[in-house]
Amino acid sequence: MKRMSWFNTVSLTLGFAFLYVPMLILVIYSFNESKLVTVWAGFSTKWYGELMQNEAFLSAAWVTIKVAVISSTIATVLGTMAAYVLVRGGRFMGRTLFSGMIYAPLVMPEVITGLSLLLLFIGIGLDRGVLTIVLAHTTFSMCYVSVVVSSRLVTFDRSLEEAALDLGCSPSEAFRLVTLPIIAPAVISGWLLAFTLSLDDLVIASFTSGPAATTLPIKIYSAVRLGVSPEINALSTLMIAIVTIGVLTASLVNKRQIVRQQREEKEAGRN
Amino acid sequence: MMRRFTLIAIPYLWLLALFLVPFVIVFKISLSDVALARPPYTPHFDWATGIWAFLSELDFENFVFLTQDDLYWKAYLSSLKIAAISTLLTLLVGYPMAYAMARAPQEWRATLMMLVILPFWTSFLIRVYAWMGILSNEGFLNQFLLWTGVISEPLTILNTNTAVYIGIVYTYLPFMILPIYAALERLDESLIEAAEDLGCSRLSAFWLVTIPLSKTGIIAGCFLVFIPVLGEFVIPSLLGGSDTLMIGKVLWEEFFSNRDWPVASAVAVVLLLLLIIPIVLFQRNQQKQQEAEQ
Repeated sequence: MKRMSWFNTVSLTLGFAFLYVPMLILVIYSFNESKLVTVWAGFSTKWYGELMQNEAFLSAAWVTIKVAVISSTIATVLGTMAAYVLVRGGRFMGRTLFSGMIYAPLVMPEVITGLSLLLLFIGIGLDRGVLTIVLAHTTFSMCYVSVVVSSRLVTFDRSLEEAALDLGCSPSEAFRLVTLPIIAPAVISGWLLAFTLSLDDLVIASFTSGPAATTLPIKIYSAVRLGVSPEINALSTLMIAIVTIGVLTASLVNKRQIVRQQREEKEAGRN
Repeated sequence: MMRRFTLIAIPYLWLLALFLVPFVIVFKISLSDVALARPPYTPHFDWATGIWAFLSELDFENFVFLTQDDLYWKAYLSSLKIAAISTLLTLLVGYPMAYAMARAPQEWRATLMMLVILPFWTSFLIRVYAWMGILSNEGFLNQFLLWTGVISEPLTILNTNTAVYIGIVYTYLPFMILPIYAALERLDESLIEAAEDLGCSRLSAFWLVTIPLSKTGIIAGCFLVFIPVLGEFVIPSLLGGSDTLMIGKVLWEEFFSNRDWPVASAVAVVLLLLLIIPIVLFQRNQQKQQEAEQ
């Protein structure tokens, strides 16, 4: 392998510094003793203690997690169904409209999605709260799930399903016993994507939430508008830590699975 | 047969009810008048009065209003300008990174890829917030520059358009890197060697071979940045100043502060019309790429 040129080394170093230094500074300053975020006054974990006592943040975090779990689960079911219909459904009336409705939310500005859903909820007299946020999040994240799952379904060897049907499986058995295990990794990454999208969303949640339910991003946004605060730094650090651990674990598990699969294939080849 | 029908019907009806119908409502309200009632617009659709009475009350007043008040013109134009400039800046930062990643030793690539994707999983809001502490007057950047003696007075960066550009490049960088990296990784290096053997300098080989062959990646990356930035709200509202005009922010304020729902809806409709052209172009580019792969 050729050594990397100095130009490439420099651009990677600078680029990754640009991506990671801001977050690093955020994390470092969350351990700052001083209330002033820009003056270093010694190491302390007091902002984490204060965060744990902040009822408003804790209850918002609970609402956020609840919304994310429910909406990503429904979105995964609906998105997988939609992907299956798009890839395997053949022709049916209104198919173009259907695929348009799957792809459009991916490029729709959040302010428009939020505004339109809010107008719908008010139009039908639905009180804004956890339910409306769940409905809104499910709708946009099912489209992401469907794109992820359908990209796996496209590359899937269809003769496997046909073999199962020939061997006496009913279509639902063939789906459960053959299709689902094969597309499972895509379904899981779809769920994870939907989950993080829901955790992250500020704009759509702001439109569709009511006084009864506030999510963490809404809470963070209203605190942050007033300026930088060490408590938010502490909260951000916790969130960054959770995501980092989650992504690293997922990729390690994934890597091990690929290695195992390759070994199995090699052994199968030998026999 | 019944099973197939329900399989299609459930996601279909969900999207109809929660995606298409809300749009029709936005469109309808954009043609209505403001009222001091709740909900604050008129007319409401009423089956009793019938569809003709309802239609006769609709008009294009709000759209006319948008053309008369130059706030909206300026906001649309300035969103286009900010989106175009920041897309170009993201390309300038992202291309060298994608290029270096594609040229990195094979065993590093997965890790580098992971390092690009990781920020994408962390909260958008937090990544924007991180820059508030860096760019403010007594922030990290100013402290650093004062310490090194490059400047003697702190620079005002936060709450200006510069801060918005930095924030956009920072948060949208992965969207630019990934498609360009995908295009560059597939590139056959012997083509560049051939160009150099035939007398091209390294720079002109890059210009004449590498850039054209990564064109689809560049175009895809640019659209993936340009389209969402056009309707961006969080970055201009946290990093921008009062003079940073972006249409997403205007829509938000029209809705939450002025409570003028019909005008907010009209702003949304125009923003959508503005987005149709880049979306169609993006779709074409993707289709061309797929056909080329087959």
